[in-house]
Amino acid sequence: MEYLQYGFIQRALISGVFIALICSTLGVLIVLRRLSLIGDGLAHVTFGSVALGLALRIYPLYITLPIALVSSLAILKMTERARVMGDAAIGVVSSIGIAGGVILASMAGGFNVDLFSYLFGNILAISREETILSIILSVIVLGVILCYYHEILSITFDEESARASGIKTDRINKILVILTAVTVVLTMNVVGIMLISALLILPAVTAFQIARGFKSSLVISAVTSVLSVILGIFISIAVNLPTGATIVLTNFFFFMAAFLTRLGKDHL
Amino acid sequence: MKIIEVENLRSRYNGLNVLDDITFSVSEGDYIGLVGPNGSGKTTLIKNILGILRPESGQIRLFGQDRSEFHAWYRVGYLPQRLSSLNPGFPSTVEEIVALGLISRKRRSGYSVDAYRDAVEKALHMLNISDIRKKKIGELSGGQQQRVLIARAIINEPDLIILDEPAAALDPETREQSYALLTHLNRQKNVTIMLVTHDIGSIGQYANKLLLVDRRVVFYGSFDEFCSSIHITDLFGTHSQHVICHRHEF
Repeated sequence: MEYLQYGFIQRALISGVFIALICSTLGVLIVLRRLSLIGDGLAHVTFGSVALGLALRIYPLYITLPIALVSSLAILKMTERARVMGDAAIGVVSSIGIAGGVILASMAGGFNVDLFSYLFGNILAISREETILSIILSVIVLGVILCYYHEILSITFDEESARASGIKTDRINKILVILTAVTVVLTMNVVGIMLISALLILPAVTAFQIARGFKSSLVISAVTSVLSVILGIFISIAVNLPTGATIVLTNFFFFMAAFLTRLGKDHL
Repeated sequence: MKIIEVENLRSRYNGLNVLDDITFSVSEGDYIGLVGPNGSGKTTLIKNILGILRPESGQIRLFGQDRSEFHAWYRVGYLPQRLSSLNPGFPSTVEEIVALGLISRKRRSGYSVDAYRDAVEKALHMLNISDIRKKKIGELSGGQQQRVLIARAIINEPDLIILDEPAAALDPETREQSYALLTHLNRQKNVTIMLVTHDIGSIGQYANKLLLVDRRVVFYGSFDEFCSSIHITDLFGTHSQHVICHRHEF
């Protein structure tokens, strides 16, 4: 517990818990809407925009957030208007992000240390300002989800019936992808660009193994996600492992435990 | 009172003309059987009425109001034709799914938690699914899932219910029960019903009007008119018309 007196660990825990909460909540929604890969796609876009920020010497978060927002809306528009299937639209935006990032990185003289730190993340290096920003954005994301909870659940279950009950489904879909973009950018600091989608998907699929209802799915997803971040941070410090990867593997441990529990129940 | 008014409706899908110059109206207490061959535009028509699709041209009014200005969606219950695409892994209990029907009412102020609980109880009881309320939707049979979705459609005690092939996944017994419930709502509570069906042979037992579409309105009127129409004999053949009209007499 002596670790807790260090400011960098306090900041890592606080921002990690908030980001875990939004990832787990949004994860349930995007997995059920069969948009699991949107996290991966937007993560690739953040790679391109981080490279752009580093090349232009602008703090990457300032450039990553607007680019991720525009890209998330582009995915939605492509799906709605250009008759591109959801996964194909994610693929298009994702590959443009990676290609742009590689070109910018090579123009800047190759993959430098800064770019690598964003690829694999380092929550222990999170600054005070980043922690405050994480808290503010997380509260906004959670507040919006809470505000539109019934509408989001209704659309997630059956979009057609939701529209027939007067819900503005286009608006809710837009809100959902915008929240995902904000979450992906925030998660970049916790586990790095390469592992963002793991933090979105793993807690959700863990919950689906054992939860019986929608509310319990959200609760189980949130609990396993928060525990994974806290345990991941402590384990990584104690055993000297990369924190982001340890958090993801802790999440996977919870998934296996839930999976085996369900398997055991099914065979009883 | 007119519940649905459709005037000169034209609708396109994927660049194709699906509906052309559709005009008809539905009065309070009507029970309409909406029939037509595959690809005739039945589902497109109800999706236009419900605002799921936007028409190319024409006017739709619900309860006397232009559909674009209509906000009282709690007065309309809808059962989509989508049971086969239901995600079996969706983590929701029967109770949660049925309660989703209340969304259009919950957004109005003054709807208490008690009223919410009572409405869920009543809908579960009406469809005889109280005993499976805690089960996950994916664990149910096709017939049970359909009953859950019907419960969701009627939970607001709507004045108009639109159903897209509700009997498709049901065994004969459940089908009869579902039709009996709709007939009860129509006759005892004056609920207006529009039911899309391929089961033209038995719809005459329940509905008082038949709307036959094939991109255009081919026939709209009472069963008596349908049965005496020579034009319809040409379209269906004497045998089919006889089957429909024979059942209607019972």
